[in-house]
Amino acid sequence: MTTLQTVFAKAKADDRAALIGYLPAGFPTVEGAVAAASAMVEAGCDVIEIGLPYSDPLMDGPTIQAAVHRALTNGTRIADVMRTVEGVAATGAATLVMTYWNPIDRYGAERFARDLASAGGTGTITPDLTPEESGVWREASAAAGIDTVFLVAPSSTEERIKAVVDCCTGFVYAASLMGVTGARDQVGSAARGLVERTRPHTGLPVCVGLGVGTGDQAAEVAGYADGVIVGSAFIRRLLDASDEAAGLASVRELAAELAEGVRRR
Amino acid sequence: MTEGTILTPADLAGNGVYGDDPDVRGKFGVFGGRYVPEALIPALDEVAAEYEKAKNDLAFIREFDHLLRTYAGRPTTLTEVPRFAEQAGGARIILKREDLTHTGAHKINNVLGQALLTRRLGKTRVIAETGAGQHGVATATAAALLGLECVIYMGAVDCERQALNVARMKLLGATVVPVANGSQTLKDAINEAFRDWVANVDHTHYLFGTIAGPHPFPEIVRDFARVIGVEARRQMLELTGRLPDAVAAAVGGGSNAIGIFHAFIGDQNVQLHGYEAGGRGAGSGEHALTLTQGSVGVLHGARTYVLQDDEGQTIESHSISAGLDYPGVGPEHAWLKDTGRATYHGVTDAEAMEAFALLARTEGIIPAIESSHALAGALKLGRELGPEAIILVNLSGRGDKDMGTAMKYFNL
Repeated sequence: MTTLQTVFAKAKADDRAALIGYLPAGFPTVEGAVAAASAMVEAGCDVIEIGLPYSDPLMDGPTIQAAVHRALTNGTRIADVMRTVEGVAATGAATLVMTYWNPIDRYGAERFARDLASAGGTGTITPDLTPEESGVWREASAAAGIDTVFLVAPSSTEERIKAVVDCCTGFVYAASLMGVTGARDQVGSAARGLVERTRPHTGLPVCVGLGVGTGDQAAEVAGYADGVIVGSAFIRRLLDASDEAAGLASVRELAAELAEGVRRR
Repeated sequence: MTEGTILTPADLAGNGVYGDDPDVRGKFGVFGGRYVPEALIPALDEVAAEYEKAKNDLAFIREFDHLLRTYAGRPTTLTEVPRFAEQAGGARIILKREDLTHTGAHKINNVLGQALLTRRLGKTRVIAETGAGQHGVATATAAALLGLECVIYMGAVDCERQALNVARMKLLGATVVPVANGSQTLKDAINEAFRDWVANVDHTHYLFGTIAGPHPFPEIVRDFARVIGVEARRQMLELTGRLPDAVAAAVGGGSNAIGIFHAFIGDQNVQLHGYEAGGRGAGSGEHALTLTQGSVGVLHGARTYVLQDDEGQTIESHSISAGLDYPGVGPEHAWLKDTGRATYHGVTDAEAMEAFALLARTEGIIPAIESSHALAGALKLGRELGPEAIILVNLSGRGDKDMGTAMKYFNL
């Protein structure tokens, strides 16, 4: 299993930012997601976040909603998510699960952490789990030896940033803008400031996500952050592709463009 | 307080009647809290802090009280319904007439309070979710009254089912956004409203419609709805010389029920009964029996009872009444259930429609189908408690909006 620590140490040695790609499990199919994520890794993604499809994704914009809806309609279950993690981790990329809290809560925190670790997963990102409610999950994750990534936002006060980073291991996820997931024409202007406000409170890498979708945007973000997170833009490529082969070629092309971007800082 | 006012500061603040106001994390026991993106935490903190100030500010309470009296039409009366109660084993049934408020349902109490709070927050835009359209209409009404921009999120399926309410909202100056993702009903409208809020939180207040959602919404909505029980408790003592043996209310998200229950929670001899939508029956899989059949989980930012599958995916609810058609419930009801202070039951579509028609025929009152669940519950309760019993029912809204459903159901 490749750890986040290894990934960021290597990126730092190369004087570049890490590239983190997101795809939901079960989209377009379970096997299709593994194939797409593998293509993303081959073309330069250092870390893959596998989304756990959830019925009420209130932080996600239309693109991820569409993908998640299809994954759920296909009958994607948590066992499929674990299987996907296993397949992606086998490529050598550090593999995380991004999920809303309720599926973990229902599955059982200890059981989820244990199963994710056995599948080769390196940690989770939980966008709706606040520091106040995170105790159970952090304990279970520590016991299973996996990382816990939480989010800071442009609206976060210094006090909140401190509370959030104190719960993080692996890295800190800085949301670039006030809004839902989805590629935008411009990276949020608040992103750089948020990263700068976060740094004094933590020695962990700080990665920026939300609204990043092109090589130029990746280069811009790589100028001040340790990692660049891209989700909707990859999904868009798969949604727009005429068939599976075209989809794979398209995500590969985007990953290569972004990988070039994070090296251009 | 000046003469004729309804609320005192203690009434609004809940008066700590059972020492169970949510704790600093917004928890009622293990329920409630905040499970939302970090981006929204500062906004929730801001709303909570401003509400803390407002509820202890006499000027705010007076203004709210003034609107309740001169705009919403409070206090609402009690009406005893003896001909209806003949079907209840001779028990006395007394209705709290929230159907007589402006806009025709109890929802006006909460929206007036929150619209005033929006102004205090210095925000100029309100957004809200709506299922049947009642909370949307109430929000659009309060927004028109206070000159706030108003956007209502409504499931695309609901927009079609409730075209009349969509037209009312538009006439009141609101923008209605049909939500075409997920199940295209109330829960998806709530998701979409949260998505709007996170992007526009600097000038927008999310005027939440029920006692669900992240802290402080369950507390704020309860406090603004609390006037129902505060009035009713006083009026019952005047009318019958004693407190009722039981209070009955319908439970969807749970705001009308908590509104009438809360003033009675300290009265240990008063039973509290909530009636959820049993839809086509408990075994049918088509119901909204969140408290009676659901399990503990997290939905829309709070830990509470939820209709969910074994992996935590929300299960779609069903009810003939759009206002009860919700797979979650307010965390305070979850707490009242687990502590045993209140009891929750299911009432099927058929039982509710029977009570709906019975009240119309015997008393000349057409109730909302939501409220009809409480009426059906009261009939059963009366037969259990016997002829000496007095049952107070929250008639939370009127049935004009339900005539389309009634025409189809009864072949009118």
